[in-house]
Amino acid sequence: MNKSSPAKVSRIFHVLNVIGPFCGLLLVLGLFSLSGEVRPYLYTGGNFKIILTQTVIVAVGALGMTMIIVSGGIDLSVGSAVALTSVLGATLVVKGYSTLAVIVLTVLAGGLIGMANGAIIAGFRMTPFIVTLGMMGILRGSAKWLAGNQTVNIPASAPLNHLMALRSPNQLFPLPPGVWLAIGLAVAVAVLMRRTVFGRYIFAIGSNEATARLCGVRVPLQKTLIYGLAGLLFGLAGLMQLSRLTQGDPTVAIGLELDIIAAVVIGGASLNGGTGSVLGSIIGALIMAVLRNGSNQMGWQNFTQEIIIGVVIIIAVGLDRFRQSRMKT
Amino acid sequence: MMAPSQINEIVSETTSTFPRLRMAAVRKSFGATQALKNVSFEVAPGEVHVLIGENGAGKSTLMKILSGALQPDGGVVELDGKPYAPANPLEARRRGIAMIYQELTLAPHLTVEENILLGEEPARLGWLNRRRGRELARQALAELHHQNMPLDAPVGSLSIAEQQVVEIARGLVGDPKILIMDEPTSSLTQADAENLFAIIGQLRQRGVSIIYISHFLEECQRIGDRYTVLRDGESVACGTMPAADLGQIIRAMVGREINDIYPRTPHTLGEPVFELRAVAGRVRPRSATLKLRAGEILGLAGLIGAGRTETLRACFGLETIESGAVVVRSKEATHRSPTQRLVDGIGLLSENRKEEGLMLNRSLADNLTLTRHGPFTRCGFIQNRRQEQAAKTWMERLEVRARHPNQPASELSGGNQQKIALGRLLHHEATILLLDEPTRGIDVGSKAQIYKLMGQLAAQGKAIIFVSSYLPELLGVCDTIGVMCRGVLSDVRPADQWTEHAIMTAAIGQGMACAT
Repeated sequence: MNKSSPAKVSRIFHVLNVIGPFCGLLLVLGLFSLSGEVRPYLYTGGNFKIILTQTVIVAVGALGMTMIIVSGGIDLSVGSAVALTSVLGATLVVKGYSTLAVIVLTVLAGGLIGMANGAIIAGFRMTPFIVTLGMMGILRGSAKWLAGNQTVNIPASAPLNHLMALRSPNQLFPLPPGVWLAIGLAVAVAVLMRRTVFGRYIFAIGSNEATARLCGVRVPLQKTLIYGLAGLLFGLAGLMQLSRLTQGDPTVAIGLELDIIAAVVIGGASLNGGTGSVLGSIIGALIMAVLRNGSNQMGWQNFTQEIIIGVVIIIAVGLDRFRQSRMKT
Repeated sequence: MMAPSQINEIVSETTSTFPRLRMAAVRKSFGATQALKNVSFEVAPGEVHVLIGENGAGKSTLMKILSGALQPDGGVVELDGKPYAPANPLEARRRGIAMIYQELTLAPHLTVEENILLGEEPARLGWLNRRRGRELARQALAELHHQNMPLDAPVGSLSIAEQQVVEIARGLVGDPKILIMDEPTSSLTQADAENLFAIIGQLRQRGVSIIYISHFLEECQRIGDRYTVLRDGESVACGTMPAADLGQIIRAMVGREINDIYPRTPHTLGEPVFELRAVAGRVRPRSATLKLRAGEILGLAGLIGAGRTETLRACFGLETIESGAVVVRSKEATHRSPTQRLVDGIGLLSENRKEEGLMLNRSLADNLTLTRHGPFTRCGFIQNRRQEQAAKTWMERLEVRARHPNQPASELSGGNQQKIALGRLLHHEATILLLDEPTRGIDVGSKAQIYKLMGQLAAQGKAIIFVSSYLPELLGVCDTIGVMCRGVLSDVRPADQWTEHAIMTAAIGQGMACAT
């Protein structure tokens, strides 16, 4: 038996896992800077601020999605959940609730939606894909119903709008508060996944659910909590969406879940569960935002961006497959 | 051999307190099959109690009851004199019963440390105590003399033997009172097995009771204090291990008279059509050699994990062949895909009827004709009526009890499903049939029909490899029998030179046929 090789191999994989997405991000930035026209603008603080602000909603969603995907699940209802919670938030603002109450209620609503997903998946042993696909329709429909099939506008003076505003009086340092909130939450979720028993069980369920059950992990409860917790984050993403548009739009964020899933997968998570990291997912979200931003500045059309992002996703998943097959032998 | 009552006396003399574990008249049924009829045994503190029995004798059901995965239908289970009925694995672990499973139950993406601690993480308010966790994991590995194992390596990157060590280390965390080991040495190297025996000695001195399940009687005798033999869901014999006569134990395991009648169709053996020359796969088989002639039924005996299924799958191109050669009709044909094998007239009947053998939600006709649509296809279009007609013919010949060829396979009983799976090979006109446990889990009547069919096929000059764990049927049906042990098959002899006793002896690695 060779004692040194697994350790060495694991170290290499560990390093690859951590720096892989970083390299991708640097590569993307490097490629765009090849163009003389884009370079002077790309690296300005103002542009980074825009990139970060654009990333925030996807990034916050990716935090929740990371937990779900690492546990071997998937959530297709995120875009609809964001729409519903943003409409809910706008409605509450219009009805005169205090800012704090709006935030708490909206985020909690997201959590409840997630718990419903998790409870159905775990309780009836149904495939997450199907359950959340159904939930996608239910939530989208509810959002339109709640909004009366139109947008719910909130006053421009509402304090909520400062969350995502690029030029807001409440800016801490040069970034909108939403960005700082996302960074703080990313740290919190990373710690949760790496340092707590709950987090350990997320990985265990995704890696081998039968084993987790056998080792006394309460899988149904755990799953409900995972989806519920992720739901809280999706609710928050809804609030951010509301703040960005300054209106609750029931048709917003269609396909957002796919961007989020792509970010998580580019960040190194496997859709089979068991692997993935918060840092990776955040970088994945950044890669997509940089791609969009850079393409815009290159003057490329929308379809070019879509094709490029599609190619990036396939390459990222291909690398993941390669890594997994190496790990098995 | 001692009667159970005598054992009880001995135990009550030597230990004044309660036995650590007592099971009496435990029963468990799954639908119509009674997995456990009447099982009674006792384990004293610090005792290594060996459970012995053939495949399917009920050992794993019993262990699942102890580890909380199943609940018994009746009987008494007591732990330290108190009733013991864990509702789930978590409760069983909390009561001090840890289980080390035969098939590895590790989470491949988690690290060694995380796997060892899984379910027992030292934590405060959900917050992991990492230093303590590391200590515990390291301690468990040190007890196994594997302190050098990298705690941060993902378990998926370790060898099978190393994974087994992790599995055992997990059992040691949390100070178990009873440690159940199900075939722990089946994938260990000799040195690791020796290590394990030493650990078992240490645990016993600490007062940990061990229930040890193994097919390998020598190792049972080496480390066991007492034994209980299970046969057909009953505890049929028990006694003290060092004094036991292995021959007697084997007789108790096999325990039945051969009085079933196996219909034999006279057939003559022809030219060799299929040959394996020291075929080796990734893990199993390690070396399989056999020569199959036209009109021959060759039985493959062996224990679970010996590599019989893997051998058949490698022959059929479902698993890689690392070395050795497969010869089909005097032509070397080692590396072939399943498609090419089918073209060569080789057919495989999977042991896993439900997941691999059949498309359960598709019709009987589709299942029967999947590999050969030619006879009823015109210009690439399947002519449904003629397909149905073909299916009907096979269903009649095989006496399948079904309403209609368009009925989904899931509606049939196990025996009839198996006939459909077998019928596919016949419809394909395969001349070399690899049958993996064709009679597993089906009723006696269907079994007899399948035996008869095999005889008829042999009489038509077809060659059959018949893998089975049920010795009487091997002896009753086969012309020649080979016994596989730990991945090695070399000694194929005419069936009349074998007895159940001899097969069992070879299968557990006591015969000359098997080198460790």
